[in-house]
Amino acid sequence: MKAPAFDYVKPKHLSDVFALFAKYGDEAKLLAGGQTLLATLNMRLSEPSVLIDISGIEPMRGISVNGQMLRIGALATHSEIEESSVVAANAPLLSKTAPNIAHRAIRNLGTIGGSVAYADPAAEWPTCVVALDATIVVQGAAGERRIAAGDFFVDLYQTALQTGELVTAIEVPVKTAREWSDFAELSRRHGDYAIAGLAGCAQRSANALSQVRLVLLGIGATPLRAKRAEAIVEGAPLTDALIEQACAALKTEIEPVADLTSNADTKRHLAGVLLKRMLTNAARGA
Amino acid sequence: MSHAETALPPISEHDRYIGQSVSRPNAVRLAEGRGTFVDDIDMPRMVHVVYWRSPSAHARITRIDASFARLMPGVVAVVDGVEMAKVCKPWVATLSHMVGMKSAPQYPLAIERARWQGEPVVAVVADTRAQAEDALQYLVVEWEALPAVVETETALDAATPIIHPDLGDNLCFTRSLDTGGVDEAFAKADAVAEVTFQFGRHTGVTLEPRCQISDFNPSEKRLTVHHSQQAPHMMQDLYSRQFGLPESHIRVICKDVGGSFGIKVHAYPDDFATVALSIMLERPVKFVADRLESFTTDIHARQHRVTGRIAAAKTGEILAFEIDDLTGIGPYSMFPRTSAIEGNQVVNLVGGPYRHQHYRAKLNVVFQNKTPTCQYRGVGHPIACAVTEALVDAAANKLGIDPLVIRQQNVIRDNAYPCAGASGVKFEGLSHEACLEKIAVMMNYPAVRAEQESLRKRGVYRGIGFAALIELTNPSAAFYGVGGARISAQDGATIRLEPTGVVTVMVGVGEQGQGTEGIFAQIAADVVGVPMSAIRVVTGDTDVTPYGGGTWASRGAGIGGEAVLQAGFALRKNILSLASVILKREAETLALRDAQIVDASTGESVMALHELGRIAYFRPDTLPAGVTGELMVTRHYAQRDYPFIFTNGVQASLVEVDVDTGFVKLLKHWVVEDCGRVINPMLVDEQMRGAVVQGIGGALYEECLYDEGGMLQNGNMADYLVPMAAEMPDIDVAHIETTTKSSVLGAKGAGEAGTAGAPAAVMNAINDALRPFNTTVYSQPITPEKILRALGTIR
Amino acid sequence: MDTTLDKLTVQLTVNGRLERREVQPRQHLIDFLREDLGLKGSHVGCEHGVCGACSVMLNGKLVRGCLVLAVQADGGTVETIEGITKSGVAADLQAAFVRRNALQCGYCTPGMLTAALDLVQSQPTATREEVREWMSSNYCRCTGYQAIVDAICDVLAARAATTTTNTGVAR
Repeated sequence: MKAPAFDYVKPKHLSDVFALFAKYGDEAKLLAGGQTLLATLNMRLSEPSVLIDISGIEPMRGISVNGQMLRIGALATHSEIEESSVVAANAPLLSKTAPNIAHRAIRNLGTIGGSVAYADPAAEWPTCVVALDATIVVQGAAGERRIAAGDFFVDLYQTALQTGELVTAIEVPVKTAREWSDFAELSRRHGDYAIAGLAGCAQRSANALSQVRLVLLGIGATPLRAKRAEAIVEGAPLTDALIEQACAALKTEIEPVADLTSNADTKRHLAGVLLKRMLTNAARGA
Repeated sequence: MSHAETALPPISEHDRYIGQSVSRPNAVRLAEGRGTFVDDIDMPRMVHVVYWRSPSAHARITRIDASFARLMPGVVAVVDGVEMAKVCKPWVATLSHMVGMKSAPQYPLAIERARWQGEPVVAVVADTRAQAEDALQYLVVEWEALPAVVETETALDAATPIIHPDLGDNLCFTRSLDTGGVDEAFAKADAVAEVTFQFGRHTGVTLEPRCQISDFNPSEKRLTVHHSQQAPHMMQDLYSRQFGLPESHIRVICKDVGGSFGIKVHAYPDDFATVALSIMLERPVKFVADRLESFTTDIHARQHRVTGRIAAAKTGEILAFEIDDLTGIGPYSMFPRTSAIEGNQVVNLVGGPYRHQHYRAKLNVVFQNKTPTCQYRGVGHPIACAVTEALVDAAANKLGIDPLVIRQQNVIRDNAYPCAGASGVKFEGLSHEACLEKIAVMMNYPAVRAEQESLRKRGVYRGIGFAALIELTNPSAAFYGVGGARISAQDGATIRLEPTGVVTVMVGVGEQGQGTEGIFAQIAADVVGVPMSAIRVVTGDTDVTPYGGGTWASRGAGIGGEAVLQAGFALRKNILSLASVILKREAETLALRDAQIVDASTGESVMALHELGRIAYFRPDTLPAGVTGELMVTRHYAQRDYPFIFTNGVQASLVEVDVDTGFVKLLKHWVVEDCGRVINPMLVDEQMRGAVVQGIGGALYEECLYDEGGMLQNGNMADYLVPMAAEMPDIDVAHIETTTKSSVLGAKGAGEAGTAGAPAAVMNAINDALRPFNTTVYSQPITPEKILRALGTIR
Repeated sequence: MDTTLDKLTVQLTVNGRLERREVQPRQHLIDFLREDLGLKGSHVGCEHGVCGACSVMLNGKLVRGCLVLAVQADGGTVETIEGITKSGVAADLQAAFVRRNALQCGYCTPGMLTAALDLVQSQPTATREEVREWMSSNYCRCTGYQAIVDAICDVLAARAATTTTNTGVAR
């Protein structure tokens, strides 16, 4: 299908973006990579009057380390993150996850800011930023706010962004020496939206993980912290019995949303398999 | 019957190309982006049509108000079904030899009632597609939802609404077949297995969607249609009759087609609507289905529930098969090939490779308020083969016999031909035994079994599945002609020597990527005696080629190829006859080799072909009185020895099932195929591979998912899963050549057999992997959830 | 800041030639290339960004032409199959595709070749499995993919051998 007609403007400065927001309200949509927006427009699922192309806003670009903080500009593409040695050194979870996002052509244009702001429950970056305890930096006409990733994803396709705000950067605590992280997802075909996925991040000592964050994608309306499973794993030696316990707990705490070919029971079971495999690998020092 | 493991006798004096893996001449331009697909063509004053399509499975249309839509920028016309009916007659898609078959009259645009989600109701025509879509949003259509018939099991119940009350019920076609002796066979059997199979409705997903440009010249009343289609002459005939135009006033051109697989061999309501618009507007009208439209309007196929039984003796001998097949089509049988053929094929084909004498089958084809269904690559063969081969495995399992051994024991012997199968299908000559022997060696069967055994001990579950298959090709008029459909079962080739010595071949069969033009060039080059580079092939234009049937039922190589062969031999004879006059020598002492007329025994060149061309065309004054060069000849060929020339093959699939997740990994696939004389081994290999992967799609991934209201839930490329490269196995292909005597060429068809056997082989492999768990899955597509449910992991 | 419902002027270098046109903002790049510039070699298959038939190079990167607006490409460079053919940069891939019959109907082929070119340039040591993963971005219904994978592996091997020959050291 052909998209409905809209205006297009490409401001250079954030202040212009806020002015446009003020003028157009929800008749305007932000265009960064466009890999989600343009598909929905082509299917006429939404009809904005104007697209605000923010890809020219320089302060939103770049990947850099500042002290203990890795700053990833909202306009960083999935490919840039995938290929960045700075990310590999400081937030390897993101490097490991990136190849799972769609396919190369999509990754070349899609941005982390767009992924986080759109908050698709099956998307990889929202889950990873929660697992990394990252901070989402947002800006509006009133100024800048920093929102913990765990508080950012509110409901299905809904974030803590207020009207007139946009994500400008993601701040990730730089990896510690003892940090463990992993990512896995299950999809029918390489590059598809996953049926279920899991991002894990913790501090490792001997055979135990502490400050554990286990975050599921494709299960809830938002990235889902598996808190009961985390509590069982926290600080305890990763034996087979403990892993079984954690998986059993996981299954009690999630109410998965079914999709077209996987019902809630299937997703619940698959979430358990992902957790078991991830923790088993962690126990092996993988 | 001997099978060519060594080379077959040559067709020509010296086969330089036939039998060789020659690259296709037309592949180069496609690799350079220089194809001409319908949407690449623009014409002066061309406009674009989009259709308002029913958003409901069954709706009464109460009001159409186009007044706002007509005011939108670029809009040229808005046309409804009543206006269009003045220009285009309705049609009824039945065939008289499918006794008792019924369907209701259908119009290009629905009038008053829409009967499936996606049925076209109003046409909006504008300067650009975008403008037409903009206007569509301002078209006011009021409608009331009506009860929809969406379950096949209850379609014939008294309480179910009848989609077409005039027809009396929702039964399109029913058939029963009984050889007799079936109950006795089951009674005396040592092993009986009964399985209920489900096959999910799915569709073709050609990458180039359906599209056409229809151009009507009102001064001459000439219609020219550029169509992404497989059968130009069939469409010429249909347009002639539906629009009341003489056949001679209609030209249909089918050039580069971006994939068809049967999806594009049918006559769609929007085909007729687009033509009607060009007649009404007297200018070119382009229709390109977008991907969302394609999912709800391209024909669907393969929705069956089959209950099957097999009876076997403890020796392993198969005694009988029995099936009950219920299949759901759309609210209309599809025009003109009908939606009952697929089910009819299932009845004909179950048990096909085997020697049993007793068989009983029942078929009900029922209407549904869903997208119409019709022939799609394989047409019933994938269903019949999956049912047969799963039942054979079930019997083998009960009797403790190896699945390869039970097949070797029961297939029709290679020396038993000609003979008939239990269902009455006639076989000229097949090679089941030779194929089974070959595949065992190819895959190193004992090693694969041994590895399966040792891996099981480590909790890794691999499975091996076999599928023996038969596949009909080279159809006679038994398929459609006898039923009254004006679909040509013959084909023709015209071959012309040009003055410079190059040769033009015009054939009624075209291609959509199979390589048919390439093999026609190979045949013509060998048979005439010129280099392949001197051949130019022209297909897909009713103004240019002989009358023909187009591409379907794997007939291109066998039927089109034979016409090219006959025409080529005739041209060669005429060339040598003229040469003999010019050179004052006996024709038998001359030969044509590599574009040179030579002494047949010494090989010495006597005259270049282009010199003969010069004389024939520009210097007839130098020829004796009464001698004219006839350097353009046409020959036609129809296969009349059998209703169909069957081919056969066997496939094997090796899978690994992750019993924790239910995911299936396809490790490898093997094919031994017998399509008679192989004109180009590489092209046959690639047809097999593409067809196998298409079959894997139906086995594991593809289903048109409908809700209880008859609404398609997954009609887009993200939610409808087609096979992609990462999940597909490497596929090894070997050939056996049991030629057909129905033609000189001896070639049978090869385009569909891959799809016929792949679902069976993969399903059998999965069930073989699950054997330690004493569970099976017989519902396709086999999703992880279905495997987890079979394992008891989930409810 | 002004916005307008009228057309915008874009200027981009397509296949080495500077093109300047007026476009509606809503027009995606693939329609711009095909309709405004007449470059019919790239094809439209879904307009959801899933099938890959519309793959072209934008600013040196592989993208889906249906998921980029022409206005977004303003000031940039685009290479389509026509330009890729003319420059010869994918000649070995095209020859391998023809030799292996890695195309049948040809509709997916320009997009497939563009993605394959991106692969051989950026992943010169890709394994067969990696080739399959990489190329799973592009839908083909005709070939079943094996011939495509074979053709790309042929080219990877040949390019690696040339590199070895040139430098005397295998990379």
